[in-house]
Amino acid sequence: MTYFPEEVVEHIFGFLSSHRDRNVVSTVCKAWYRVERLSRRSVFVGNCYAVRPGRVMARFPGMKCLSVKGKPHFADFNLVPHDWGGFALPWIEVAARGCPGLEELRLKRMVVSDESLELLARSFPNLKALVLVSCEGFSTDGLAAIATHCRGLRELDLQENEVEDHGRQWLSCFPDSCTSLESLNFACLKGEVNACALERLVARCVNLRSLKLNRAISVESLARILARTPHLVELGTGSFTVEHRAEAYQRLIHAFRKCKSLKSLSGFWDIAPRCLQAIYSICPNLIVLNLSYAPAIQGADLVKLIRHCFKLQKLWVLDCIGDKGLAVVASSCKELLELRVFPSDIYGTGTAAVTEEGLVAISSGCSKLNSLLYFCHQMTNAALITVAKNCTHFTRFRLCILDPGKPDPDTNQPLDEGFGAIVRSCKDLRRLSLSGLLTDKVFLYIGEYAAHLEMLSIAFAGDSDKGMVYVLNGCKNLRKLEIRDSPFGDAALLENVGKYETMRSLWMSSCDVTLGGCKALAAKMPRLNVEVINDRDDSDEMEENPSDMHKVEKMYVYRTLAGARNDAPEFVEIL
Amino acid sequence: MEAAGESLRDTELRLGLPGTDAPEKPASTVTRGGKRALPEDDEEGYAKSNKSSSSSEEEQGEGDLCGHEPPAAKAQVVGWPPIRSYRKNSLHARKVEGEAAGLYVKVSMDGAPYLRKIDLKGYKGYKELREALDDMFKCFSLGEFPRKEGCSGSEYAITYEDKDGDLMLVGDVPWEMFISSCRRLRIMNGSEARGLGSRH
Repeated sequence: MTYFPEEVVEHIFGFLSSHRDRNVVSTVCKAWYRVERLSRRSVFVGNCYAVRPGRVMARFPGMKCLSVKGKPHFADFNLVPHDWGGFALPWIEVAARGCPGLEELRLKRMVVSDESLELLARSFPNLKALVLVSCEGFSTDGLAAIATHCRGLRELDLQENEVEDHGRQWLSCFPDSCTSLESLNFACLKGEVNACALERLVARCVNLRSLKLNRAISVESLARILARTPHLVELGTGSFTVEHRAEAYQRLIHAFRKCKSLKSLSGFWDIAPRCLQAIYSICPNLIVLNLSYAPAIQGADLVKLIRHCFKLQKLWVLDCIGDKGLAVVASSCKELLELRVFPSDIYGTGTAAVTEEGLVAISSGCSKLNSLLYFCHQMTNAALITVAKNCTHFTRFRLCILDPGKPDPDTNQPLDEGFGAIVRSCKDLRRLSLSGLLTDKVFLYIGEYAAHLEMLSIAFAGDSDKGMVYVLNGCKNLRKLEIRDSPFGDAALLENVGKYETMRSLWMSSCDVTLGGCKALAAKMPRLNVEVINDRDDSDEMEENPSDMHKVEKMYVYRTLAGARNDAPEFVEIL
Repeated sequence: MEAAGESLRDTELRLGLPGTDAPEKPASTVTRGGKRALPEDDEEGYAKSNKSSSSSEEEQGEGDLCGHEPPAAKAQVVGWPPIRSYRKNSLHARKVEGEAAGLYVKVSMDGAPYLRKIDLKGYKGYKELREALDDMFKCFSLGEFPRKEGCSGSEYAITYEDKDGDLMLVGDVPWEMFISSCRRLRIMNGSEARGLGSRH
């Protein structure tokens, strides 16, 4: 194909939308590499320490969209110490110099300072979209800078970030000339915003289609906002505290009736069950419904609502919905693709809200289901086998039995056979999270059948090194492996060291891996960073040359072209 | 598998009411391969009895707690269950604020032919409550509702029956404390009410 003119090749590459496809074609020959790199507009960096920012900018000078991920996934559950790393500033600094035409920036699990946001705001005049997911380190001052300087901003999407509240004025910083917003999500902000400024902003942004408010926004304000944004497609409500006979509530119902384009609803903090009636008119059009922050809504109330949501594709709820509620979902929502059931009572003694029965009911009604996150108190092999038979399209299957290492309550057996059935039946499975009592056998099944598995999360599972080895040797497409509290040691770690260069990363904590094992791995594989992360309290002990026999509490291994990073804190040792 | 010695168990830190038994903590050094020191029989028993008693959604909350020993709280393992801190904080804050499935109490008014029911959770404070009651009962009354506690000269006083069965004047204690102890409301006639008010 090298006799095709480059413009033609470039044109053909234009049809490749996935990063992976573009990465693959760039390895065919030098000519293709050059054409591809000059025409790449969207760059995805899955691990911010795998490559230096400068190298990315140099390779892709035409980059318009950049997406970078920082901390490992287990950071979400407080397993990664606070100052571990993942700083956004170096990326923004380098992009400001090398790629000032940047239009979209997406950051996930990174530390983003106000300084970074200010630099971002001033350096990229064409910035159209800023998406921050699970980030921390900034305050509303940084947001003020974005609002002030980013003319032409279309999307500001803040998902589940830890944002320090320095006052409500940031929203007022959007100038009167700003009319370009199409998507605004500040649901994660804890503080108040200027409601008047918000109402004026949404009124003048006529293309606004997605708006997610935070808890501080009252129902009165919501009613006024909705009156001005009848074309909204996605809405995250603020606090829904209202007496159901109050005038504001009546106005709200009226406003909802006018929003004929609404397809996605979330928020609903503090909502009283009676107020759910307000959205009945929208239910038949709903594609996405997130009620996972509304613990006051019990199963019986939810059921009345769900019965009308026959187009629903994505549902996030709390386990208060109960097995019976899930049965109603199964009979009403035939188009369901994604279901997430979160626990409402994490620490407590509460009644078992959902069990295997709920999941079986869902599987028999919603055969199109492809993504599941299910927190429950118990699961049986029989149920999992039934689910596997009913739903063969799972690409993401995450099951969390709240009690670690809990067996099948009916048979007292491990759940190997149940999960085995899932991996055998769901040939497109890309992501799997295990829980419950599990032996090495489940890993044998996974290694053998989960050919497309890319991400595997293991906790309190397995008997011996063999388990981990089955996975490393078997899953050809494995990219991320994260393990905690499982009996895998040095032998497993060192069995297939070449494997780690084909993966993005490996995390092991509270396992049987020793310092000596980590050192051996680092010595064999210079293009891996082997990070030993010590708990801050232990760092005094670590000073005095721990022996190689010492078990490592947390280890994070990732392939990299950048060598050891220079921003690691004291408690991280890079071997 | 019992813990080694009663004395050890006494010194163990755990969640749960004193006197309840917690199952062994699944700590990171727990033995693996099924030789787990969890009282699995208890787990089974709990699970089975729980399933049989959940005959309807409405009963589930009350029935189980009355029916048998509530299972003791599980000890916490770091980072388990795998829920994002953002979500955990969000739910926890709600629990601290005392969210529940609504707190409906009967409201009676002296002389009115029928009672009403209101959800105490639906109000932010005493002012809103008084306004709502005013709204609800104005068809029965000729006078205004007291804006301040125990105002003499007004026709009615708002009182409530608390957990102990005592008749209390609305407004003395902080709102949160009030809604957690209020069992029913009673709008009292002026003459009886004056007796209450004059105590202050």
